[in-house]
Amino acid sequence: MSDLQAAVAAGVLGAEEGHRALLQSTAEVARAIFKARASSIFLLDTETDELVFEAVAGEGAQTLIGQRFPSSTGVAGWALVTRQPLVVDDLTADTRFSQEAAESTGYVPKALMAVPLLVEDRALGVLEVLDRSSEQPFSLADMNLLGLFASQAAVALDLLQRARRARAALAGEGELGALARVAAQLEAAGEEARLSGLELLRALERLLAPES
Amino acid sequence: MSILAHESNEELPAWSLPAAAGESIRLPEAWTEPVTREWAWGGTAGKGVRVCVLDSGIEHGHPLVGRVDRSVAIVREDGGIVVREDDAEGDLCGHGTACAGIIRMLAPECELVSVRVLGAGYTGSAKVMLRGLEWAIDQGFDVVNMSLSTTKRDYVDRLHELADMAYFKRTMLVASAHNMPVESFPWRFASVISVGSHEESDPFTFYSNPRPPVEFFARGLEIDVAWLGGGTLRSTGNSFATPHISGICALILGKHPELTPYQLKSVLHLTASNVRDE
Repeated sequence: MSDLQAAVAAGVLGAEEGHRALLQSTAEVARAIFKARASSIFLLDTETDELVFEAVAGEGAQTLIGQRFPSSTGVAGWALVTRQPLVVDDLTADTRFSQEAAESTGYVPKALMAVPLLVEDRALGVLEVLDRSSEQPFSLADMNLLGLFASQAAVALDLLQRARRARAALAGEGELGALARVAAQLEAAGEEARLSGLELLRALERLLAPES
Repeated sequence: MSILAHESNEELPAWSLPAAAGESIRLPEAWTEPVTREWAWGGTAGKGVRVCVLDSGIEHGHPLVGRVDRSVAIVREDGGIVVREDDAEGDLCGHGTACAGIIRMLAPECELVSVRVLGAGYTGSAKVMLRGLEWAIDQGFDVVNMSLSTTKRDYVDRLHELADMAYFKRTMLVASAHNMPVESFPWRFASVISVGSHEESDPFTFYSNPRPPVEFFARGLEIDVAWLGGGTLRSTGNSFATPHISGICALILGKHPELTPYQLKSVLHLTASNVRDE
């Protein structure tokens, strides 16, 4: 039943762009909170076991979206596999890291904060904040703030993934497709058509209801 | 020897104590003196204590890590999970080397053994971690540093069993706590030592927390940790607070090898910076 509900919901929930905007906004806010040069959200693709750039704010924005790398590499990978938030501060000292970062993203951060995005018992991805402001010394309160903010980002990412799954279930002329299309059409229809449609739906509901 | 009780050669556990048998299990009076830091680890460097780092591997030859006595890797192979002896790949990401360097700094003479369970991807990583922990408990290490956790509920029961098994086999599991509003394990179990971070710079400053589940706070802010390629990197996180407590455990066990995990935890409490002012 959950697929059916998700499918109908997808018909009225709006398009991919809406969810992208939510993630983008999350990355922008993370960047603003820490006065950072950039922030990125990675999604874990469990099919290929890779992390994928899903949203980027600041340096490297847009060109990175969709790039992917193995799920346990880089500081983002550590955060994911250890389930621990991590902060590293002088990355430029590590030429191997710098080269890899430069080749893949065109931007070499000096400092990096990475926190896993966890919902219930699932890890969905990683949030990174690059080159935060150095006006204030870093504190464990910043670390806690990062963790709290990551929880919010994880919820957004979870919603996005659920909607994507629902849309996948609706692809083509599957038997759930008609339901979602009807839901979307009802939403878009004029007042009179909508009322008639709802009347028909109620009739259908009575028809399908089990005999009591 | 296997960790499964029915396959072991150990005597059956004593479920009860017969009359007048108290004398047969008399224990040495080990704590006749006040428990001070001097009593706990004065004059020792952790010699003879076997510490396992369950992580991403340890880089061999790193000046801050020194000798690594053994390295194994837990890997997925032909659909199963196997222990690969004499792993030569070192550290795949730097995290394990960072932890090992901290332990070495505090307990310069302890034995260090690397069990690589991270670095082969996210998928199946909880199973690989469990297999690594089973292996470590089977080997009878004195201390196992776990700067990692899992959120997978499917594995919590088995992880709990292993943590309790380690506790009774005198293997002290030291695990990173989570500073996020999410349930993860094994740090929440009472049979392990759970570690969070404080902001001070002295590696021997640690606090006993009167409000668990985080039991101790150790240095975790802006530490220059060992890093791949023989260098260092300034890092922050509970991942790096944890090996401080592992190192101090190694020191205490170096001087008092007879201590059980609950006695060791008591010594940590009694020597904590907020309990005893020295």
